Amino acid sequence: MGDSVGGDGARGTLSDLLPAAAIRLGASADDWRAAVRVAGDALVASGATSDAYTGEMIATVESLGPYIVIAPGVALAHARPSPAVHRAGLSLVTLVTPVPFGHRQNDPVRLVIGLASPDAEGHVNALATLADFIADDDRRSALVEARDVASVRHQIAAYEAREAVRKREEEVIA
Amino acid sequence: MKILAVCGMGLGSGLLLRMQAEKALKQLGVQADVEVSDMGSARALSATADLIITSEELAQQLGNVKPRIVTITNFVSLTEMVAKLGEALKDR
Repeated sequence: MGDSVGGDGARGTLSDLLPAAAIRLGASADDWRAAVRVAGDALVASGATSDAYTGEMIATVESLGPYIVIAPGVALAHARPSPAVHRAGLSLVTLVTPVPFGHRQNDPVRLVIGLASPDAEGHVNALATLADFIADDDRRSALVEARDVASVRHQIAAYEAREAVRKREEEVIA
Repeated sequence: MKILAVCGMGLGSGLLLRMQAEKALKQLGVQADVEVSDMGSARALSATADLIITSEELAQQLGNVKPRIVTITNFVSLTEMVAKLGEALKDR
């Protein structure tokens, strides 16, 4: 599956693509645009994008609607690959006060994930890991409540290490 | 069979849908190709697809297409994907 396509481009891990500079915990945002802007600023801070990409993420929601709220309380903000994207990157924002995005089932949003990729592959592994990470209620709660960037990075690194062991064991069994 | 995972740009939520659908199909024991499509290409690609998975909002924007549309609320929930894909594939 993911490992066989896209060569090395697909293999950037979540820890690789989500550096400390791209994590904002307990941010305040008055509305969904402000929330997406924090996620965009975090991508800029990590060197993944320039400021124009943040506007492109906002424009995506303006044209296609709040479908980016992909799970209860979780928004995945992104736009197309563009000249404003320097390299694949993710950002992670937790909001101190939940913000409505206008999604019928999954509002309000407490966690905004920013995603930038220069192509269709560079972010695949990292995004898959993040999706699996937040699929678990306890892990997602711990993430939403976290107030310390180092502890978030540690939670993610520990999860990646556990998953790597689990996958190796699966391969041995198969 | 061919399943089309439709999202706005073809690289964020659609990718998540494809990943979950592939896991769900494995659990269900069904062989299918899952392809990601953005909204722009979805109508054309739907002509050769057997099933579409997408969000409720985008399903409304897609309007009338030939394949059955399965709408997903929680894109990271394997439970929801297995239940809804299982239901949709049961009638085939």
